[in-house]
Amino acid sequence: MKFGVVVFPGSNCDSDTLYVAKEVFNQEAEFLWHKDHDLKNSDCIILPGGFSYGDYLRSGAIARFSPLMKEVRKFALDGGLVLGICNGFQILLELGLLPGAMLRNKNLKFLCQHVNIRIDNTDTPFTLAGNLGQVLNIPIAHFDGNYYIDNNGFNDLNKQDQIVFRYSEPNGNLSKKSNVNGSTNSIAGLINKNGNVLGMMPHPERASEAILGSDDGRVIFESIIQFINREKNLENPC
Amino acid sequence: MLDEKTITGHGLTPEEYDQIVRLIGRHPNLTELGIFSLMWSEHCSYKSSKVHLKKLPVTGKNVIQGPGENAGIIDIGGGLAAVFKIESHNHPSFIEPYQGAATGVGGILRDIFTMGARPIVSLNSLRFGPLSLPKNRAIMDGVVGGIAGYGNSIGVPTAGGEIYFNECYSLNPLVNAFCLGLAKKDKIFYARAEGEGNAVLYVGSKTGRDGIHGATMASAEFNDDLEEKRPNVQVGDPFREKLLMEACLEIMEKGLIIGIQDMGAAGLTCSTSEMAANAGSGIEIDLDLVPQREKGMTPYEIMLSESQERMLIVAKNDKVKEVQQVFSKWDLGAVVIGSVIKGGNLIVKSGGKRVVDIPVNAIVNLCPVYERAMRPPEPYVLPLLIKEIPLPQDYNNSLLKLLSSPTIADKKWVFRQYDHMVQTNTVFFPGADAALLRIKNQKRALAISLDGNSLYTSLGPKTGGAIAIAEACRNLACVGAYPAGVTNCLNFGNPEKPEIMWQFQQVIEGVAEACKAFEIPVTGGNVSFYNDTDGISILPTPVMGVVGILDDINTAVSPGFKEKGTPVVLLGENQEELGASEYLKHLYKKEKGCPPELDFIKEKAVQKLCLEAISQRLLLSAHDLSEGGLAICTAECAFLSPAKIGCSLRLSESMRTDALLFGESQSRILVTVDKTDLETLLILAQEFGIPANILGKTGGDRLIFFHKNKKVIDTAVKDAFDIWEQSIPDFFEAK
Repeated sequence: MKFGVVVFPGSNCDSDTLYVAKEVFNQEAEFLWHKDHDLKNSDCIILPGGFSYGDYLRSGAIARFSPLMKEVRKFALDGGLVLGICNGFQILLELGLLPGAMLRNKNLKFLCQHVNIRIDNTDTPFTLAGNLGQVLNIPIAHFDGNYYIDNNGFNDLNKQDQIVFRYSEPNGNLSKKSNVNGSTNSIAGLINKNGNVLGMMPHPERASEAILGSDDGRVIFESIIQFINREKNLENPC
Repeated sequence: MLDEKTITGHGLTPEEYDQIVRLIGRHPNLTELGIFSLMWSEHCSYKSSKVHLKKLPVTGKNVIQGPGENAGIIDIGGGLAAVFKIESHNHPSFIEPYQGAATGVGGILRDIFTMGARPIVSLNSLRFGPLSLPKNRAIMDGVVGGIAGYGNSIGVPTAGGEIYFNECYSLNPLVNAFCLGLAKKDKIFYARAEGEGNAVLYVGSKTGRDGIHGATMASAEFNDDLEEKRPNVQVGDPFREKLLMEACLEIMEKGLIIGIQDMGAAGLTCSTSEMAANAGSGIEIDLDLVPQREKGMTPYEIMLSESQERMLIVAKNDKVKEVQQVFSKWDLGAVVIGSVIKGGNLIVKSGGKRVVDIPVNAIVNLCPVYERAMRPPEPYVLPLLIKEIPLPQDYNNSLLKLLSSPTIADKKWVFRQYDHMVQTNTVFFPGADAALLRIKNQKRALAISLDGNSLYTSLGPKTGGAIAIAEACRNLACVGAYPAGVTNCLNFGNPEKPEIMWQFQQVIEGVAEACKAFEIPVTGGNVSFYNDTDGISILPTPVMGVVGILDDINTAVSPGFKEKGTPVVLLGENQEELGASEYLKHLYKKEKGCPPELDFIKEKAVQKLCLEAISQRLLLSAHDLSEGGLAICTAECAFLSPAKIGCSLRLSESMRTDALLFGESQSRILVTVDKTDLETLLILAQEFGIPANILGKTGGDRLIFFHKNKKVIDTAVKDAFDIWEQSIPDFFEAK
C-alpha cells in the first residue's frame, strides 16, 4: 500500500512519519506538497504533526486553505483513509471533517510526555488490529490539545461510536489526572461518521520503535496496512 | 567630524577611535562608526578574551573546523560530521525573557544550518535567581516558554541541559543555547565571499529597526537605564526560520552556492564584512535593494539592524535564478543586493551614494586586543572550618531538604514544555546523565552533556573549570560514550575589573588543562562578559558542552535501577570534602571552602573503566556523582527506575557522615551490575586501578544508608520522590 504524507510549511513530523511508513513498515510512502493538487495515488493520506503556518492565527487554521487540501477533502468524502496526527488533527477540525475544536491545555503549558490512551473502538480501519480497552503508551507534544465539544455534539459522537481513543491510567481507568490536557470526556482521538477520517493528538510515529521507549503506536499503522491490503485483495481476488 | 559624545555613546574609547582613524586614513562617518562599534564590541571581537582563549587546545585528528567559523565541526565517522556550538543570550533574556531566550535558540540554530547541517538536537544551560522571588519565577517562566516556543515550532528536539539556581543570577539570568546538527562530511559550507563578480543575495525576513545595537548592549553592564533598551530585543519567528532552514538546506544540497553566513549579532554588517574578510575579498552592496519592513530607514539603521531570520548568500551569477526558485517555493524572498569585488573593502551604497567604504580587514581583524589587568580577589578562597558546621541530627531530613533544592530537584516541569522527541532520535530523555541520540540507519549514536558549576568556579576557578570538563565527560561515560569535542560558553562579569579577568584567566587554564588531559579539542564557543547588574557580577560561570560518540547504541546504559537484588557498586573513592557543596549552600547558606579536588589520572581511569564495563555489557545502570553526592545520586537512581526500586547501602569510611553522604568528591560513578557479572567488574576495576566497593543491593521501596552499622537514612522512595518531583512545580502552580 502507499502512504501520502502532506507537507505544509511548518510541518515538522513529516519526515518522522514518512520514515516509519517506509523504514519501519516497509510500505510505499511519499511526501505530498501542499501547493500541489496531486495525491499521487496514495491509499492513506496522513496530515502530520508540526506547526503548519506557524500555527499563527489558530492551530491548523491556515493550512486548511492549502491547494492540496481541496483534493484531500474530496478524497475523504469519497471514503479514502485520512489520518490527522496532532497538528493534522487540528487541521481536520478546521476543515470541518471532524467536529469540535481545540483549546489550550488546561495547565496553559506545552506538554511533551508519554501518556496512556485506551482504545475505545476497534471497529475502524485505524484500530482493527488492536483490542477493545487496550492501553497504549504513546507520546503527546502539543499546546492546543484540550479537545472541546458541546453536549449535543458529544452525544452525537457517543451515539455513532466515534470516540476512538481516551486518555487513561495505565490500567485503562479514566481520571482527572490522566486527562492531562483537560479534553472533554478524556477524548484523545475520534473518527468521522463514515469511519474513514481519524484525528488523534498522540503521536503513533514516535512510538513505533522500541528504542524510542515504546512501540505501542505500531498498532495504528498495522491496522491501516491490514485494512488497505484487505480492500485491495477484495478488489483483485487473484 | 563626529563629536565625542557620539563616539563614547558607541562604546568606543578615544584610543579605539584614534585607531579607526589611523586604519582608514580619515574620520569615519556615522554609519562607519556604527559598523566599527559593533564589530569592535566585546561580543563580536573577543578583544578582552582573545589572549587567554589561545591557550585552549583546538586541534585533533577528528577536527574538521575549529574556532572562528559559525560553529565547530568534528568527524564522527560513517561519512558524517557533527556541527555544534553553544552561545549565550543572557542580556536579551534579562530584558525580555521570552523573546530573548527564543531568539537565542533561533540564533544558534542558524549557526548550525548555515554550515549545511540539519539541526538534530538543542540543549540549554540556564541559571536563575532563587525561585522564592516572584521576579525570578517570571524570568524562568518566560525563558522556558521562549525556548519551547521556538524549538517546538521549528521541530528540533530540546533533549536536555541543566539548570542551577543562585542568588547571583537574580536580575541577571543566564541563557546558554547549544545546538548540534549533522552534515555530510563532503557537503559543508563556510562563510566565505569568494570569486570576484559573484552575486551577494539577501534572503529571509525583511529588515526592521529591531535589535539595533544588540551586540553593544551585550557588552555593557546592566543598570536602571537598561530597562529602556527594551526595543533592542529582537522578536523571533520560528515559522519563518523553519522555512529559511528548509530552503537553505535545499540550495546547499543542490550545490547552488559558494558561501553563506547568517545575520545574527551585528546583522548585515557582520555577515558582509566577515564573509569578505574570510575570503580575502571585498564586497559591495546597495541598501536600496535590501528588503525593508519600515519606511525611511537610514543606512545606519539598515546596517546595524538585528532583525531575525535573515541570511547572506554568495552564489555564481548563473545559479541565482535557481536559488531564487528554491526560496520562492518556501515563500521566501531572495534578492541580489550586491557582489563580491576586488580589493578588500566593504562598500555600501544608498540612494546612489557611497555611504561606507572601509577595509573589511580593519573591521574584522584589527580590533585592538587587550591584556587586561588581573588580580585575585582578597581573599579569593573563603576558608571553610569544617568543625564549625554542626553535624545534622537527622540525616533523613537533610536528604529530603536537599532533594527539594531547585538545583537538585526534578526539572520535569521545564523539560515537558520542550518537545524533546520530534525527529524521533531521542533515546534518553532529559534527566539522564547525557542526552542520547541515535543516528538513523547507523549503530553509532551521539551523546551530549552540558556542565558548569559556578560554586566551584567561584571558590576555585581553575579547579572549577577543569571539573566542568571532567564532569561533562563523566556524564558521557555513564551512558557509554567517549568525548570527541567541546564547545564552551564563558559567562563572566565586567572584564575591566581585574578580579573578573583573573577568574577568567584561571578558568581558561583549568579548562585547557582538562581538555589536554582528556585529549579533546575545543571547536568553538562564546564569551559573555559584562554579566553585572548594578555593579555586582555573577559568579564566574563557564559552561562546557561536550559531544561524545557511542559506538553501539545497543550498549547504552541509563541511570535508573533496573532490577531488584542487584549489587550496587561505587567506582571511585569517597573523600571528606564538603567545600563548595550544594549541601552547605542549601542547608547552611554557606558558599565556602575549596571545590573538590580533581586528579586527572584517577578521573580518566574511572571513566575508561566505566566505558569498558559498558562495552562488555556488564552494567545495568550507571550514574555520575555530582551535586548532593552519594545520597542524592542513589536517590536519583531509584527515582529514575521505572518501578522506583529502593536500596540498602552500607558505608564504612571513617569520616563525617554528612561528607560521606553529601560531599561532592570527583571521579565517582555509582553502578549496578548483575550478580553473575560482579566478579568480572571487580577484576576490571582492579586492572584500571580504581577502587570498587560493593555498597549493598537494590530492592524494597526504601532508601536506606548505614554508616558504620548505624542506620543514618531510612526513607520511603515514594516520599522522597514526591518532594523531589514537586519542588519546582510548587513555585509555579497554584494549589
